[in-house]
Amino acid sequence: MSYTAAPDFANWSCPLPLADYPTIVMGHGGGGKLGNELVEHLFLPAFRNPELENLGDAAVLELGGGHLAMSTDSYVVQPLFFPGGSIGELAVNGTVNDLAVSGAEPKFLSASFILEEGFALAQLAAIVEAMAKAAATAGVKIVTGDTKVVERGHGDGCYINTAGIGLLRPGITVGPHRAQPGDAILVSGTIGDHGMAIMSVREGLEFESQIRSDCAALNGMIAEVLAAAGAAIHAMRDPTRGGLASTLNEIAAASGVGVEIDEPSLPVRPEVQSACELLGLDPIYVANEGKAVFFVAPEAVDEILAILRAHPLGKDAARIGTVTAKHKRMLVARTAMGANRVIPIQIGEQLPRIC
Amino acid sequence: MKYLTEFRNGEIAQRMALEIHAVATRPWKIMEVCGGQTHSIIKNGIDQMLPAGIEMIHGPGCPVCVTPLELIDKALAIAAQPGVIFCSFGDMLRVPGTEGDLFQVKGAGGDVRVVYSPLDAVELAVKNPDKQVVFFGVGFETTAPANAMSVHVAKRRGLKNFSLLVSHVLVPPAIEAILSAPDRRIDGFLLAGHVCSVMGYWEYPPLAEKYKVPMVVTGFEPLDLLDGIRRCVIQLEAGRYEVENAYERVVKFEGNQGAQKLLAEVFEVTDRAWRGIGVIPKSGWRLSEAYREFDAEERFQIAGIHTAESPLCRAGDVLRGAIKPAECSAFGKQCTPRHPLGATMVSSEGACAAYYNYGRFLSVEELAGAGSGLTGAKNG
Repeated sequence: MSYTAAPDFANWSCPLPLADYPTIVMGHGGGGKLGNELVEHLFLPAFRNPELENLGDAAVLELGGGHLAMSTDSYVVQPLFFPGGSIGELAVNGTVNDLAVSGAEPKFLSASFILEEGFALAQLAAIVEAMAKAAATAGVKIVTGDTKVVERGHGDGCYINTAGIGLLRPGITVGPHRAQPGDAILVSGTIGDHGMAIMSVREGLEFESQIRSDCAALNGMIAEVLAAAGAAIHAMRDPTRGGLASTLNEIAAASGVGVEIDEPSLPVRPEVQSACELLGLDPIYVANEGKAVFFVAPEAVDEILAILRAHPLGKDAARIGTVTAKHKRMLVARTAMGANRVIPIQIGEQLPRIC
Repeated sequence: MKYLTEFRNGEIAQRMALEIHAVATRPWKIMEVCGGQTHSIIKNGIDQMLPAGIEMIHGPGCPVCVTPLELIDKALAIAAQPGVIFCSFGDMLRVPGTEGDLFQVKGAGGDVRVVYSPLDAVELAVKNPDKQVVFFGVGFETTAPANAMSVHVAKRRGLKNFSLLVSHVLVPPAIEAILSAPDRRIDGFLLAGHVCSVMGYWEYPPLAEKYKVPMVVTGFEPLDLLDGIRRCVIQLEAGRYEVENAYERVVKFEGNQGAQKLLAEVFEVTDRAWRGIGVIPKSGWRLSEAYREFDAEERFQIAGIHTAESPLCRAGDVLRGAIKPAECSAFGKQCTPRHPLGATMVSSEGACAAYYNYGRFLSVEELAGAGSGLTGAKNG
């Protein structure tokens, strides 16, 4: 580029991040826009069928006269062991939660391991033990599995895929497309714990903290809520990758409604907030592995909050916002200053800022 | 969090905003120089709390935006070389060069790593003696001391496999360039608090005097920003043009002299190209003679860089306040958040994206009401 002699403010423009990549980049797995575009433009057209088109956390299936939910997820977290858990708990709880937020009672899981040549058996044993414990806690059985080994350098020690099947409760019809204007939005506890716990031990970014992953199976807590107020619950989701912001944007889009949140009401641990300040991240985009978001009829708010807060996994539950007929398909936050800002879905991964 | 929550009190903020409403009798354009301040203004909605006539102009203080294309292309070329570990602050990975970004280099097998501190990159060099470790040292005076310290440490430890790809830029020459432009529209400046924490603010009184423009050293929290704006408006209304410090808990007049001494040893002033703007004389730092051996540009002789900017949007006009986003002919047509033509349409902080997002669902009246409850809310 040739520069003119004098500074040229008239033609000054900022460089724009790329949105259309010809190859896979990390952002395609970041739970943001890039990943959604893969689904929308590649997977959906290729596999199209009514069950897939719902794009819920789990597919809802009619089979042999019964209603089932089915879900799958792969786990590639690094490091494999982190404060508050390991890839083992994640692999069980993640799939259990995807079934639970679809309104199903999780029953059976599969577990596939892709192991790297040279991976220590003791580590694998620790992971498997964690999975067994997590499955027992969640009340699910791991009933089938597979093992593959790849050459050294072709995997990060251990990748796990789990798939799960659950039984849909009769009369419960939650879905990301069912949020309605007037619904209250509840979250079951503090946000950003898992993502910041991982960040605190990730190579190159290590910092000392007390932050622990919130990794937990939510099916027990959700079952209590559904039993008491199932008809009042319109949509549920566990805000994992991409954080609460992605989940709320996705539900706003699927239901064709606007979502308004009151930013100061978001439950965030002080240590998570501090770590986010340090790295220039926003906790609303940071991953959770043991939280659920509920879109509920306003008259049921008190009852549901009481049930959540009585449960060990929901003691910090809070009402964070409302569904509106305005600004459809958009998430708008009211800031502590009393002003409004749009919170868009992320393009890819959230990156620590320079300043 | 101590020292943060105290400066995010919504009620005090409302009172300070009311005070600005009471003082302001005329329209004023105030530029916040630093990208961190822009981020905070948009994130907290500070601009919506101001009187309609007070317009915040987002300055060229985003290191990601102003790092020259040629240097990004050099970074991509170096990062793609075998045997190189290329380290960077996170958000530089997404900045596009002529062909792709660092994410793509990583995807193609390059060893690109995000580090939080350049000293972590020095440690990587110690741990990987058979690799060349390069740190992408960009930014303003704020990031410079840590970058300077990295080469200082590398030299002291005799490391032969660490180098710095440097593109440091300096705030005062950029402010002077903005003020001396023939169509200048800026009435006052909020000086970047963290730059001043390093450099002090002794460089600014001659500029304020020469161009008769008030300047207020300002922090980053909502109350800091409102206080900076308030003081700037008070000066403007009184016809004064002084340099004031509204960030006293962090900034001293003389700055951090230890850091300045290190900077003077490691760097020397040079002409620097700013992406999309051009060369501003004496507006940057490069490694001094004594540290030239750690200059990645010297170590990796990258030839054959052919940079090409696409003919982009009018983000520059938007950023310096010459036009509103909707006055750009591409706005909402060729240029949307889904297919942005400029950074202002890309990020949540971007003026165009904010305009697009709000303008799409709110009428002007609703927009005013959607703000703080104060009059004259805007959607900057």
